[in-house]
This record gives sequence, structure tokens and C-alpha cells, in this order.
Amino acid sequence: MPSSRRHIVILGGGTAGTIMANRLARHYAPDLEVGAIDISVVDENDRHIYQPGLLFLPFGMYDAEDVVKPRGEQLPPTVHYVQATIAHVDTDAALVVLEGGRQLTYDVLIIATGTRTAPDETEGMSGPGWQERVFDWYTLEGASGLGKAMATFNRGNLVISITDMPIKCPVAPLEFAFLADWYFQQRGVREQVTISYVTPLDAAFTKPAAAQALAHLLEEKGIQLVTEFATGSIDGAAGKLISFDEREVAFDLLAVVPVHTGATFLLKAPGLANAMGFVKTDPATLQSKHRPNIFAIGDATDVPASKAGSVAHFEAEVLEQNVIQFLAGEPLTNTFDGHANCFIETGFHKALLIDFNYETEPVTGHFPFSVGPLSLLKESRLNHLGKMAFKYVYWHALLPGYDIPGVPTHMSLAGKDL
Amino acid sequence: MSTNSYAGVDLALDGEGFLQDPAQWTPQIGEAIAAANGIPVLTDRHWIVLHFMRNTFLSTGDAPSIRGLGKESGVPVKELYQLFPKGPAKLAAKICGIPKPHGCI
Ligand SMILES: Cc1cc2nc3c(=O)[nH]c(=O)nc-3n(C[C@H](O)[C@H](O)[C@H](O)COP(=O)(O)OP(=O)(O)OC[C@H]3O[C@@H](n4cnc5c(N)ncnc54)[C@H](O)[C@@H]3O)c2cc1C
Repeated sequence: MPSSRRHIVILGGGTAGTIMANRLARHYAPDLEVGAIDISVVDENDRHIYQPGLLFLPFGMYDAEDVVKPRGEQLPPTVHYVQATIAHVDTDAALVVLEGGRQLTYDVLIIATGTRTAPDETEGMSGPGWQERVFDWYTLEGASGLGKAMATFNRGNLVISITDMPIKCPVAPLEFAFLADWYFQQRGVREQVTISYVTPLDAAFTKPAAAQALAHLLEEKGIQLVTEFATGSIDGAAGKLISFDEREVAFDLLAVVPVHTGATFLLKAPGLANAMGFVKTDPATLQSKHRPNIFAIGDATDVPASKAGSVAHFEAEVLEQNVIQFLAGEPLTNTFDGHANCFIETGFHKALLIDFNYETEPVTGHFPFSVGPLSLLKESRLNHLGKMAFKYVYWHALLPGYDIPGVPTHMSLAGKDL
Repeated sequence: MSTNSYAGVDLALDGEGFLQDPAQWTPQIGEAIAAANGIPVLTDRHWIVLHFMRNTFLSTGDAPSIRGLGKESGVPVKELYQLFPKGPAKLAAKICGIPKPHGCI
């Protein structure tokens, strides 16, 4: 074994970690073969979940088998897949310690441990009614349980609530509300069901132009919008959401998005992450602000971009080049612009598309896609097909780390009504 | 952008009333901004939050989120809402003279 072998360690084998492993394994194929470089991916379980599919479970459109594949199968055979829970990172010794005591040293560390929902951050959330009338549908268990509860829900208040920002895929709860309106109409009980959308933001969405279009859609569909509601506690027995400033919203069924935090081991390394466990990351180069030999990607970072699979995809191209430059001892010249691109399912087999970055808000216009223009911020059937095709694209193009034809890494202003 | 006079000092403010230049701030200016925003008296509990927030911003370039404040300032989130009604992170940032927090995307 040559002593000059360099170790790339990727923490987390979800969307971002898998993309990085595939990209780097392709780039370094000759070095991997001669043992000059070595790539390891660590994840605690072997269930890779297609998370965008969780949205469709509560409506019976997908079931659990549709969204899970073995993690190892998504990784190239030339990388080591280590199935273990990460206990902590010693950033001075450049060492990752796994539960059970095994240690991995690194020349470059890529943190891709994503974000997790933390129901216990909110008083009462996982108390009475949990998994009966209160469901965290951002997990496979919660989304499956909610599906069962929805199927027999014929009257009463359905409340969709966001506990606090940031969350993954900030449009998903809106999509849930739109689909719920469609779902109960199909079932012929929409008249007996009230739907409310509760958010800590002062509008339906974080970005003003999109917020307006989305608020209009909520109104059209008869969904009540409750804003500036910061959930302080949940009383599952009485069916009440209570805000920190003591307002209340009554529910019979609650589809809740809990507080999100980074992986807990990140908090044990002083200076690496912020108070919520998100890695302090340079928004342009994706290098850690704490150590130059650490990079972060995807939901795990604190960069002001959406926490979305599309963002991880765009970041990966930049990060691959920067990791290569770092290992070659060169300055980092590749920068990420905050590009995000999301379909928003609106029910009745239609969807919207939004495309934005750090600087440019989502606006109306057309997205010049390879198969024809997709309308931005407007409902269409083609957008819905795009949304449903994303599952195929995810497993077969996004995870393997290929560029998706017609979707550039840096946001393009072409076709946008600015 | 506009200017406004607080505690007898002319200050450059952004469209929502946040100080453009944190260096212009003094505790007296903080009290005047608080009064103009519905908090007539700043108590010791207010000041714990305001100092923590300002120091965090000056040392890291970032303002803490509400939950970050709740975990690190020593004042629980529920009390933050009592001290700074509606949006504690935003209101406290305005009073302690730092730019509007990035918020979330
Ligand atoms: C309901 C829902 C709908 C969504 N819809 C969309 C959409 O339409 N479009 C879109 O682009 N994105 C969507 N997303 C977001 C998208 O799924 C995520 O942004 C993306 O998966 C993030 O990738 P990641 O690699 O950063 O994190 P993840 O894919 O979550 O991977 C993190 C990995 O780290 C591992 N890990 C964490 N801690 C440890 C530890 N201590 N030890 C070992 N392993 C650990 C985890 O097991 C996990 O596999 C949606 C998400 C949800 C929940």
C-alpha cells in the first residue's frame, strides 16, 4: 500500500453523498485503480429513500416500496461503503470516529449528512396523538401512517403546519395542501373537510413573487392561510396547535413538518456547525468556514439556498471541481450561485415550476427545457409530467451524477420575465 | 433606503428600518428604536438578548435564528416572544442595530 495514498471520506450516503461518490469515482478512476486515492462513504442504514416521493404516500399515489432502494447499489463498486453511525469528527486530527470505535482518517472530508426532523424540539409534538392524528410526513414511517389516517378521514379539520424554518423542500407542504384539496374532492368529502395551512412566515412562501402566486392558488382552492404562527406546543389530546404568542389552531388531523436540525454529531465539533447543527459553509466554494480540508453539500450546510435535491445536484458539479483543486494544492475557482429548480405539484395532474438562485427571485416566463419550454410559476400538465418523471431522473441521472440535459448548473435568465 | 433620527443621531436605514451601518449604534439609539417599535422600556432580559445578538453578529457576521437564540442566549423561545412580540429575531436585530437576518429560503 503506497503511503502517499489520499483519503476522501464522504459522510452520508443520501442524495448529495451518492452524487459526490459517483462523480469523484469517475474522475479519479485511474487513481482508485492504482491505490493513489481511496474514497469511503459512511451511512448508518442501507435504505436510500427517494424523499420527493414521500409527498405522494399520504394520498395513496405511491407506497413505501416505490420510494426505497438499497443504498449500496447506488454507489460505484470502487468506493468503500461503510455502514455505521458517525459518532464524531475530530477536526484537529482529521479523523472520523464511528460508533463502535472504528476510525477513518481523511485528507478531504465531505459532509453530506443532510438534515433530520426533530419532533422533540417542540413541546407535546411526539406526545398523545403522535402517529394517530399527528404525523411527521417527512419520514417514511410518518408518511405511511398519515396515508392510513387520510384514507378514513371523512370530516373535520386537516391542518398542514410548518413548525419553523429552515425545512427541506420548502414548497412540499404547499404541494401537500393542494393535493389534499384534490384528494378529498376525488373522495367526495371535500365539503366536510376544512384545510388550513399554518406557517411561521409572513406569507405563503419565502420569495415574494412566488408567495403571491401561491397564496392566490390557496385561496382558489378554499385553503385557509394562517401566517406568522410560530408553533410553541402541540396538544394532541385536545387537537390544538399553540403558538409562542398564545394563538391556537384546532385540528382533527395534523400533517406537521417538525423543526429541522443537522446531524447531532456535528454539534460536538466546536466551530464546525451553527446552533442548529448546520455546517458553517462558504456559500460560493462550499468549503467549511472552520477548516480548509472540510467541505459540505446538500441539506447539511447553512448556505442560504433551498434544501432540495436539485440544489445538491447543482452544488455537486462545483464541489467536485473544488475538491480536485484542493487535492492538487490549487486555489478554488469554482463557485455556486444558489441555483434551485423545483416543480410544485398543484393537484388535478398539474404543476408549477420555479427556478431561482441567491440573487434572482422566482418569476414568471418560460424555462427553456430540452423537450420544450416549461411555464414558470403557472400551472400546466407538462410540469406535472416533469414532476412525476423526476423519480426516474433521480435514480438514473441525478444520483449517478450526470448533467441533466437542458438544465445548466448556473441559473440562466433566458425566458424569465424580469 | 432612508434616514431617520434616533436619540438625536441621523441614521441610514434600509427600507424596513434596519441600520445600514452597525457601527453607528449606541444603547441610547437602541432604546429609541425599541420605543418606536412598541417596547417603551428595555429590561435586563431584553438586554441579555440584544447583547448576545449583537456580539454574535459582530464576531461571526451572522445573526442567530430564533431557535439559535433560545438555545444559546439563556432566554427561552417562549420568553423571546413575550419580550419582542411577533418576530423576535427581526425585532431584536432592528433594536440592536444589525442588518435584517437572512431569514430562510
Ligand atoms: C417530503 C419531501 C419532498 C421533497 N421534494 C423534493 C422535490 O420535489 N425536489 C427536490 O429537489 N427535493 C425535494 N426534497 C428534498 C430532497 O429530498 C433533499 O434536499 C435531499 O435528499 C438532500 O440530500 P442530502 O444528501 O443533503 O441529504 P439526505 O439525502 O437526507 O442524506 C443524508 C444522509 O446522511 C445519513 N446520516 C445522517 N446522520 C448520520 C450519522 N450520524 N451517521 C451515519 N449516517 C448519517 C442519513 O442516513 C442520510 O442517508 C424533498 C424532501 C422531502 C422530505
